[in-house]
Amino acid sequence: MWQSQKEHMKRCAGLSDIRKPGWRSIPIGGMLLEPGSALKYKTGDWRAFRPIVDETKCVNCLLCWIYCPDSSIVRKEKFVAINYDYCKGCGICAAECPTKAIRMEEEKR
Amino acid sequence: MTRTMGLTGDEAIAYAAKQSNVDVVAAYPITPQTIIVEAFSEYVFDGEVHSEFVCVESEHSATSACIGASLTGARVFTATSSQGLALMHEMLYIASGLRCPIVMGVANRALSAPINIHGDHSDMMGSRDCGWLQIYAENAQEAYDWTIQAFKIAEDDNVLLPVSVNIDGFIISHSMEGIQVQEDKETLEFLSTRKPALTIDPDKPVTVGALCFTDYYFEVKRQQVEALDNSFKVIRKVNQEYKALTNRSYDTLETYGVEDAEAAIICLGSTAGTAKAVAKKLRDDGKKVGVIKLWVYRPFPTKEILETVKNLKALAVLDRACSFGAPYGALCSDVLSVLHGAGKELKVFNGVFGLGGRDITPTDIESVFNEALETAKTGVVKEPVKFIGVRE
Repeated sequence: MWQSQKEHMKRCAGLSDIRKPGWRSIPIGGMLLEPGSALKYKTGDWRAFRPIVDETKCVNCLLCWIYCPDSSIVRKEKFVAINYDYCKGCGICAAECPTKAIRMEEEKR
Repeated sequence: MTRTMGLTGDEAIAYAAKQSNVDVVAAYPITPQTIIVEAFSEYVFDGEVHSEFVCVESEHSATSACIGASLTGARVFTATSSQGLALMHEMLYIASGLRCPIVMGVANRALSAPINIHGDHSDMMGSRDCGWLQIYAENAQEAYDWTIQAFKIAEDDNVLLPVSVNIDGFIISHSMEGIQVQEDKETLEFLSTRKPALTIDPDKPVTVGALCFTDYYFEVKRQQVEALDNSFKVIRKVNQEYKALTNRSYDTLETYGVEDAEAAIICLGSTAGTAKAVAKKLRDDGKKVGVIKLWVYRPFPTKEILETVKNLKALAVLDRACSFGAPYGALCSDVLSVLHGAGKELKVFNGVFGLGGRDITPTDIESVFNEALETAKTGVVKEPVKFIGVRE
């Protein structure tokens, strides 16, 4: 069992999108053996709708940046961008945008 | 060196926990288990054992404290009954899910309402799917022996699951028996100290109890199924080692006269004692009856049961708990599914008895045997579920 946990840690080291391990090769009890693994947890994949910024309409007022509950608006020089790793697609940014520069599109998966 | 001590079932469990050199006990008193906690607290007060005794405000907290302690690598013990076990229910799943090898003494008692303090199996049967190993002892001796073995089974790397050792409330918990105990030293040598493979340790940080959604939860549960399957081998190994120490044999089940029997009773706990005494009397009269007593109820010893019943024609399954709305009592449902799965042609009926501590008498048992023999002869089950000892 502990052998397979070691194997799991080895796999974790390079783990991004490879197929998830089966029950024989994960630590028992849902235990996580490496600290700080929450950093690898990208909640953006919960998203059903994706905000798209129209850079020509954005006036960089940053209302979206203030309202975003997940701090997923990224400030740029002349307009805003979205951090899709953590944006859950709630649509508040699109609703609040005074210039209608953000539209919500259904995620295609 | 073996000595004989006069101990009640509760005291026998407390004594076994004391000899097992438990590191942490977190428990809350409840009748008929109270003596276990009470006796253990006296061992702590008298300095006979160096356990951390945590007085908690409820059974929910008791199990929570036990889980935390167990994760640090400590050997952990608790005890409860009835409403206490019901209050623990949520934490029972967490103890097994986080793979904490806690050992818990349970003096089985009826569940409210109406309020009742006497023995039946409603409490543990209500938690039968909680992922714990569940052992039923027939008497104080077995309670003592199984409690010690339970630590070794639970803490094995291939198991790492909590174990409950059950005794019938009052019938066993409060009856004094002369039981054979070994020296503290011998028990300790048998058990040694717990060697946890993985613990919470500030130098090697791990996360326990992290979120497992649709992507991992199922795998973690599958591991628990595997651990319960693995436990059969471990139970056998520990039974053999314990026999070498004490010369007392244990297994997943015990049989009496089943080899040449036509009809048998299968049951848990103290009822098996009465059943064996009645079976002996009937066998002396030339009636071919036998008794199967399950020591280990979870994991369910499927193979052993099939091997045991192979020559039988009829089987009476006695349940000391009611599964409301279910076609049969819990034990009977398990037995029937095992028989059906193996394509076994065996006539089975279910007797629900002893709720709220109502006695089951030798006369009751004798009539069950007679009905089982009649069923064996005719091949007809007259009444699939009968309620034994209830007033009409």
